[in-house]
Amino acid sequence: MQFVAAVFLPLLGSIVAGLFGRFIGDRAAQIITCTFLGIAAACSALIFKDVAIDHHAVTIPLLTWIKSGTIDVSWSLRFDTLTAVMMIVVTWVSFMVHVYSVGYMSHDHSIPRFMSYLSLFTFAMLMLVTADNLLQMFFGWEGVGVASYLLIGFWFEKPSACAAAIKAFVVNRVGDFGFALGIFGVYFMFDTISFDAIFAGAPAKANDVVTFFGVQWHAITICCLLLFVGAMGKSAQLGLHTCLPDAMEGPTPVSALIHAATMVTAGVFMVSRMSPLFEYSDTALTVVTLVGAATAFFAATVGCVQNDIKRVIAYSTCSQLGYMFFAIGVSAYQAAVFHLMTHAFFKALLFLGAGSVIHAMSDEQDIRRMGGIWKHVKLTWALMWIGSLALAGVPFFAGYYSKDTILEAAFASHSFAGQLAYWMGIAAAFMTAFYSWRLLILTFHGKPRADEHVMAHVHESPAVMVLPLMVLSVGALFSGWLGYDMFVGHDREHFWSGAIKVLESHPALEHAHHLDQWVGLLPTIVGVAGITLAYILYMFVPSIPGALARTFSGLYQFLLNKWYFDELYHAVFVKPALALGRGFWKGGDGALIDGVGPDGVASATNVIAKKVAKLQSGYLYHYAFAMLIGVAALVTWYMFNAR
Amino acid sequence: MLAIGLSHYLTVAAILFTLGVFGIFLNRKNVIIIMMSIELMLLAVNLNMVAFSSYLNDLVGQVFTMFILTVAAAEAAIGLAIVVVFFRNRGTIAVEEISQLKG
Repeated sequence: MQFVAAVFLPLLGSIVAGLFGRFIGDRAAQIITCTFLGIAAACSALIFKDVAIDHHAVTIPLLTWIKSGTIDVSWSLRFDTLTAVMMIVVTWVSFMVHVYSVGYMSHDHSIPRFMSYLSLFTFAMLMLVTADNLLQMFFGWEGVGVASYLLIGFWFEKPSACAAAIKAFVVNRVGDFGFALGIFGVYFMFDTISFDAIFAGAPAKANDVVTFFGVQWHAITICCLLLFVGAMGKSAQLGLHTCLPDAMEGPTPVSALIHAATMVTAGVFMVSRMSPLFEYSDTALTVVTLVGAATAFFAATVGCVQNDIKRVIAYSTCSQLGYMFFAIGVSAYQAAVFHLMTHAFFKALLFLGAGSVIHAMSDEQDIRRMGGIWKHVKLTWALMWIGSLALAGVPFFAGYYSKDTILEAAFASHSFAGQLAYWMGIAAAFMTAFYSWRLLILTFHGKPRADEHVMAHVHESPAVMVLPLMVLSVGALFSGWLGYDMFVGHDREHFWSGAIKVLESHPALEHAHHLDQWVGLLPTIVGVAGITLAYILYMFVPSIPGALARTFSGLYQFLLNKWYFDELYHAVFVKPALALGRGFWKGGDGALIDGVGPDGVASATNVIAKKVAKLQSGYLYHYAFAMLIGVAALVTWYMFNAR
Repeated sequence: MLAIGLSHYLTVAAILFTLGVFGIFLNRKNVIIIMMSIELMLLAVNLNMVAFSSYLNDLVGQVFTMFILTVAAAEAAIGLAIVVVFFRNRGTIAVEEISQLKG
């Protein structure tokens, strides 16, 4: 009962609020969606106890979807530990965001639509995590994509929001294309897309090869790499990350829910779900490690110089997703999902806190025009501190446990990629602490840089916005400490009970617990160093950053422009695509098809008709002459052919 | 004594027909002359018919000739009526001027 309710109540809420919102009014729509989400969150807590603590993994078949030949796809809900963890994260963060939105969006004029989209997103995400086969997962995958598009473009009267929504959708299509190809590949190999059957069949096919373009490829590697492209698209990994910062055009609760806590972690979830497949491809795992490490490093460098409060946090999200992926790459899936969970709490907290700040500052998002407001918004300030402490991996906050485990596992994998990932992760951890405190100091401390008019209006957010922050801060404070033993500690075998498969030959997580002291200590040290540096640069000697930016203006511009990825893509993809489109439009469609087709026939008719019309002299005797010639010709023909 | 045979009639008819044709082509002045030329061609054809009728000892051809002459008279009347109406409208019946069908 609670299994089905947890998944479908958000859908029900979405339908009610979306279709009947204008009849029942704003308040009723808010109450209905929040209540349903609350029930779903409670149900998922029950599910977590049932499935993860008491180890009663279940699969609930609902309907047959497609049955054709060897394809047999059903709608069914699969609940194992991995799903239960995701359910907790998704429903609770979503519930908090729903409640927060009641306050944050109170001045908006289409509240039911917003609440409906939020619930729809939650439903799609739940479908994704409870999927029993790849196609159902793809359904949820696309569902969250659509909901993300709708929510980024929620303020559709803003052209930039529309552009960001389209960009997010298009960039996601690239990943989805890879994911779809991956599904085809899996079906080609296993003749099924049901998880159980795939996982059972994977060991037997570990060394299969496929011949493609005359070259023999390791089949599982191909499938895994294609699936990973899908994960990259959803989880904004280097190369397909460009949509994530732009997605901040959406309302802040959306950024918190979709682009920090849940949707962007779908890629991590998917790869973890497919761990029995990825385990058999060292190449794919190495690629995952390298991409993850590169993303963690890249996004952290960019995060250090951004000035929009939401963009800093967005790049931080991107960077943390990179951590999760290189954890996966060294077969520490448990650590990745652990970090996914802790990150969901503290990142949602940070985003919602940022939303509270934006709310207080009369919709100002530039941290250069903030500062000195901590006295006026003490609660938000304290909560943002908690979120930042967790993000920076300061001991005993949530991020400390998960991030340290990831870094240790990377170090313990003893592969080149793992080592590289460790050092890049350390660098990223330093920068993470730095930009977190840069954000905190610039936003809350120092002298006010906003004008008096704005400063006079700075006020703490209403209770309906602060309470969800408090709940999330509990997660940011304790989820790491509570979850450590279960997720990655000595209880992990028992806790995961087969939801994640790791081969004997990939013992990184096991070795992570038996490393030299310094390996585990280094992230904390660089974290504290980063915080100290931020204090020196922005609190005590605020003249240094400007001087640095001037001295290294090339590097600064490079980072400020996000490594010129957007410009690169514009030059490499957008412009040629536009040129190609223009070519087809003008040349192919205009000149060839229209020219030869409709327009050509019409103009040819015109020209011929004009020429024929010249024959019409209008003189009677010409017509008579033509007629006689005709008669004469006919008679002649008849005479010569008649016999 | 030259016996007047079929070929003589046909020759006369052919000459009349050709005269009619040239009357149509070479005349640039008057629509009525065109109508007269057409009438001439029609009569040439009728002459052929009568000649063949006599040659084949078949009266049907001569009977038909009577019908054709009747119809031709009616047709000539209609044609002249059209010319009268045309003259009223355009003030001329000169062939050179009648070229409204020019494309």
